[in-house]
Amino acid sequence: MSSEEIKIHYTKKELPSGFSRLGFILLIIGLILVVLSFITDYNRATQNSVIIFTFLTSISIGSLFLVALEYIAGAVWSVPFRRISEIISFIIFLIPIFALPALLNLHGVFHWSHQEAVANDKLLQVKAPYLNETFFIIRNIAIFLIWWLFYKFLTGNSRKQDSTYDQKLTTTNIKLSAAFMPIFGISLTIIAIDWLMSLEPHWFSTIFGVYYFAGTILSALACLTLMVLYLNEKGLLVKGLTKDHYYSLGALMFAFINFWAYIAFSQFMLIWYANLPEETFWFITRWQGGWSYLSYGLIFIHFVIPYAILLPQPAKMDPLRLKIAAVIILLAHFYDLYWLSMPSFSKDVVLFSWYEIAFPILAVGLFITIFSIKSKKINLVPIGDPKMKRALEFKL
Amino acid sequence: MSEKKLYSVTALFNTPDEISKAAEVITNEGYKNFDVNTPYPVHGLSSKMKLKPSTLGYFALALGLSGATIALLFMYWTMSIDYPMIIGGKPFFALPAFIPVTFEVTVLLASVGTVLVMLFLFFKLPNNSHPLHDTEYMKKVSNDKFGISIEAKDPKFNLEQIKELFASLGAEKIEEIYYDEEEINHKNKIFEPKFIAFLFVVAIVVAGGTYFTLNKLLYMSPFNFMLDQHRVDPQAKETIFQDGFGMRPPVEGTVARGFMPYLYQEDPEKAGMLLSNPLMATEENLKLGQNKYNTFCSPCHGYFGKGDSRLNGQFPNPPSLQSEKLIQWQDGRIYHVIQVGQNIMPSYAKQLTEKEKWAIVLYIRALQRALNAKEEDLK
Repeated sequence: MSSEEIKIHYTKKELPSGFSRLGFILLIIGLILVVLSFITDYNRATQNSVIIFTFLTSISIGSLFLVALEYIAGAVWSVPFRRISEIISFIIFLIPIFALPALLNLHGVFHWSHQEAVANDKLLQVKAPYLNETFFIIRNIAIFLIWWLFYKFLTGNSRKQDSTYDQKLTTTNIKLSAAFMPIFGISLTIIAIDWLMSLEPHWFSTIFGVYYFAGTILSALACLTLMVLYLNEKGLLVKGLTKDHYYSLGALMFAFINFWAYIAFSQFMLIWYANLPEETFWFITRWQGGWSYLSYGLIFIHFVIPYAILLPQPAKMDPLRLKIAAVIILLAHFYDLYWLSMPSFSKDVVLFSWYEIAFPILAVGLFITIFSIKSKKINLVPIGDPKMKRALEFKL
Repeated sequence: MSEKKLYSVTALFNTPDEISKAAEVITNEGYKNFDVNTPYPVHGLSSKMKLKPSTLGYFALALGLSGATIALLFMYWTMSIDYPMIIGGKPFFALPAFIPVTFEVTVLLASVGTVLVMLFLFFKLPNNSHPLHDTEYMKKVSNDKFGISIEAKDPKFNLEQIKELFASLGAEKIEEIYYDEEEINHKNKIFEPKFIAFLFVVAIVVAGGTYFTLNKLLYMSPFNFMLDQHRVDPQAKETIFQDGFGMRPPVEGTVARGFMPYLYQEDPEKAGMLLSNPLMATEENLKLGQNKYNTFCSPCHGYFGKGDSRLNGQFPNPPSLQSEKLIQWQDGRIYHVIQVGQNIMPSYAKQLTEKEKWAIVLYIRALQRALNAKEEDLK
């Protein structure tokens, strides 16, 4: 196939200026609030930085996973959206900034980092070979280096294809994606264990990595859906995207809503049934006092409501309902991470005030700003992909 | 054979693109009663034909919801109401434990039910005869051709116009389909003799197979596993003991659980001296004594212990329990009589428990005092 045959109509347009301005404003407000929160309550700000760190990790590495998944599965329908996932996954470079507060204040976040606590605790002593400060920092740096490398090569090849129309780059990326998959699985599990499970170092759940994975993919999909819908409405994507493309996005989101519920319930039911004190205390903390309302709320916001919205077939093709579902899922993922980590810091009282909102504002601002900056330089559609033409003819 | 009627005009096309275009044109021409037959699902056809979304989904939803409800109600009734059992220290209505079952039943009922609804309501089994069945057209479209068929009942139906339209669309073969009204409208009876015979055969085969499997096949074990052990079976003869009994008597002096040996079998005076009533004269104990006395003692001794039952005069008269001799007796002496019997009175050791016997003694004492009340008792 010559390059002429696979070429499609795409003219690059600027994003609306209001979009980047909104991002900039949110970024500034968020920055001010975050600095204020660090000045007024250093530990609490650090704890919130852990939540937003895991949230941004979810979105960015989840997006890179979607890119790799598309290559490895040979998916056609999602090709027009791949570049958006690639741009979102650029945030991988910026997440370490959100890890910095926790790394500088390990004692304020991680109970296992206290030498005197480990000295009096048999369980922590046994876990010390894994849960110690040096290894923690080393493995996290290693994971991010690996992720950066994969980002560089995967998206670099994809972007090169825009001008060269070289089909061999797709083959290279398929191989890269295959290598990325197991590494992604292991590294994401390590991130989940390090940043969320080790907040309660006595607790363990073997399904925890999968639980975080489910939320990760779900939020990455929701983020992608939201961006695709927004950009397509502004006419910034390629012409020819139909309801069938929307339906596929909606169906995938719907599937992962069920997957999350399945994994979350599996984790809960096994621990509830076995009733071992060393496992149940984690859920008991979340099932007492104000946290119990949040636990019930999680079931609704993360499963029941988005499930009900996306259940009818027309809903998966309706941009408005898709947008509502995507926003709810993104909120739910933040809620989920807050629910996972906050009770470890404040066992009895539900803490929620402007401290908890400061970081999300910063994150949204950062996301929009990054997206508008990155999209200035590169095409929003992988025009050089050999599957592009077929993708636009995609029918359910 | 009755006269054949026109059912539809059909056209065959070679490619999915042609059929998509044909479907679009025919829809736009305003034809309503037409159908497209293809060897495999062609994407985008339903939207070109402007088909309404299938209502099967609502059946699936209703079936799934009823599956969930049935499962939950069933488990609630069996586990919490009819036969409440504590399992693993969980509450009787342990919702998390019921969720997997509810999920399975929901999926089962929704999937199986949807298929059945599709077969019986949508495809109208067992009456699914259709004019297009067994036609040359059907053979072609289930092989490698793409067909379209406009029915004669369509309000815009006009044979010549449609043939022209098909020809202009590039149809390969245009054909009229006729059908025999009687044959098509024939209603199959479900309970035909053949079908009943079939059911009968199925029942016998299933029952026989089940019987053979459960009673024969399962016992044809290649190994004996642990069925055939050398052990002493109850009531069986056994050669390892000299007397040939498999079951052994208990060792001499063995005392059964919950059983107190009675030491004064031959010595009523000693019983009277050494035994004392362990029960307090509470209302509860007296009630128990009254109950048991009325059941076991009153038939002879009478309700008040005066020996004035209906046996009086027909038998060696039962003695009165109100005699001076009995009032003077120790509690243990009365107990002894209940335990061992006296003259023609049998032993009540087997009918009454330890507590009940002493409760009767208490009650006899109360009767004695009631009939010989002193003035100070009234206070």
